[in-house]
Order: sequence, then C-alpha cells, then structure tokens
Amino acid sequence: MIDARSRYILHLADSPLILGQRLSEWCGHGPVLEEDLALTNVALDLIGQARLLLAHAGKLEGKGRDEDRLAFLRAESEYRNFTLVELPNGDFGRTVMRNLLFSAYQLHLWEALHRSSDSELAAIAGKSIKETRYHLRHAMDWTVRLGDGTEESHTRMQTALDALWPYTAEFFAADALDDAAADDGPGVPPASLQGPWEDTVRPVLEEATLRIPERTPFRSRGKHGMHSEHMGHLLAEMQHMQRAYPGLQW
Amino acid sequence: MVMDRKEWPLWEVFIRSRNGLDHKHCGSLHAPDAKLALQNARDIYTRRLEGVSIWVVRADQIHASDPDAKPEMFDPAEDKIYRHPTFYKLPDEVDHM
Repeated sequence: MIDARSRYILHLADSPLILGQRLSEWCGHGPVLEEDLALTNVALDLIGQARLLLAHAGKLEGKGRDEDRLAFLRAESEYRNFTLVELPNGDFGRTVMRNLLFSAYQLHLWEALHRSSDSELAAIAGKSIKETRYHLRHAMDWTVRLGDGTEESHTRMQTALDALWPYTAEFFAADALDDAAADDGPGVPPASLQGPWEDTVRPVLEEATLRIPERTPFRSRGKHGMHSEHMGHLLAEMQHMQRAYPGLQW
Repeated sequence: MVMDRKEWPLWEVFIRSRNGLDHKHCGSLHAPDAKLALQNARDIYTRRLEGVSIWVVRADQIHASDPDAKPEMFDPAEDKIYRHPTFYKLPDEVDHM
C-alpha cells in the first residue's frame, strides 16, 4: 500500500517536473523580455511543486531516494508524467496552449487534493493552488489575445490546439494506481476532474475564437511510463550533469 | 532592419511595499494592454517581495512638468516663508514626523 501511494505521488510530481524542464528551455529565448520572465517564473513554480512532491514520495517509499535522485536518476519508463508535458515547446502560442490545458487540470486537481487524507499532500496542494491560479490566468490571457488576434496568431493557436487536445484524454483515464489512490483516500479519481476542466477550458477557447477538436480514441500513455519519442532526448539533457558528475553539488 | 515593427506601448510601474503608504515608481515595461502590463509587472518587479500593490500607467498618459520651466514653477515658493512649515516646535511625542 505504501509503495502504491509513493508511486501515485511520483505521478503527481513528474508532470510539473517535466513541464518545468520544458518551460526552462525558454530562458533567454522568450519573444519579449517580459514573457521570458513570465515563462521561467512558471517553470520555477512547477519545479518547486515537483520538489515537494518528490521529497514526500521519497520519504514514503523509504528506499533512501531523495528529491534529486528521483528527479535525475530514474530510467525513462519510471517517469509517470502526462505525455503532453514532454512534447517540444514549439512556438510561443503552442507553449501557452499547453500551459492552459495543463494548468486548468492542475488547478482542479489541487483543489481536490486539498481535501486529501494525506496531510502533507493536502498542504502541498494548498500552497500550489495559488501558483497554479496565476499560471492559468497567464495562459488564459494569452490564449484569448493570440486566438482572437491576427490571422497568423489565430492559425498558430488553432494548429496548437488541434495538436495538443488529443493528449488531454490521458488526464481523465483512470488506471489501477489512480483507483487505488482514490479509494485509499489521498488521491482523486481522474474522471471526476473532467467536468470542471472542460468548464474552465472551453469558454476560454471559445472566447479565443478557436474550434475545439472532437474527441478521438487516441490515448497517450505517459503516466504509465510509456513515453513519446521526445522523452529520451529531454532526459538526456536533464540528467546529463547528475549522471556525469554523480552527487554533484554547488 | 524591420522599419514598420510596432512596439507595444510603454507602461510605467509603481509598487507599494508591504510597509509603505504610497506607490513608488520602480521602472517600466512594454505590454499590449493593462491586464498583461500588471502581470508582467508582477513577474518583473515583485520577484523579491518588493511590494503588495501594483499600479501601471501608460507612459503617454503621464504628463510631466517642463524641466526648463523649473525656475518659474518652483523658485517663487522659496521666499514665501509664511507658507513654510518650519516655525512650529513639535511636541516630543509626535516629533518623529
């Protein structure tokens, strides 16, 4: 039971960890200085959330793995992030669209986890809600401005939405681990988040004059450890320093 | 060189610190509209707990006095000593003003 719980919390940690890594890639490359800072601030918030969750998971697991070992030294199939967050950033619009889809999910997830029977998890959720509200607001504002913007920005946003929407199906598909966590108390049934998520995301996309894609049977499997072709490259970059210089600190 | 690139408007940013009473000018930024100007100001100018309240004003909405007119604007007040608040001796209890 303990092992299942620590694995569930690792799953919660990995999406912010990997999205934090992706957003960090914008550092120095933002379209304008202000957005360079905004995106990297979001990245820092996400990495902070990941750290708290990884430390908690490591303690529960009881195998002596701290947040750094868990962040940097696992094999690809042991990462349980949603595939959505490991995808390449693409252009600013695609990054913003991904942030919208993910932070809307995270907000409802944190609000539900705030009532978790795991008091540490509830505390992490309480702190993270504030950060995520800000991430969501940033993404919403940009989605509307770019979607309902010029012909070019609208086209890019529609392309981004068409490409990313299928990866959100994974958010709400339950597996044995989710079910166990929900029954046990600390977790949240993924399906219960779909309604609130759609209620948050759809009005924004409509205001942005974007066409919402139809649902298809496509289901990404990142949270089962089955990742896209992009994950290997991401981890090679992310893990390189710790693997080249084990135990490195500064 | 792009000649017709439209720059976002410039906004001046004013921050009130946690213990302060007034918003102080702390810098400027470019943003397309007020909402994003506030968000950018939060990201850029409150990274280190500098403040708890942000005002943004479009730079072209700020009207400033003409620096060349400084003599006629401000010098005449100097010799009207009956206006200056320098003749009271404050009681010790309120002397911190």
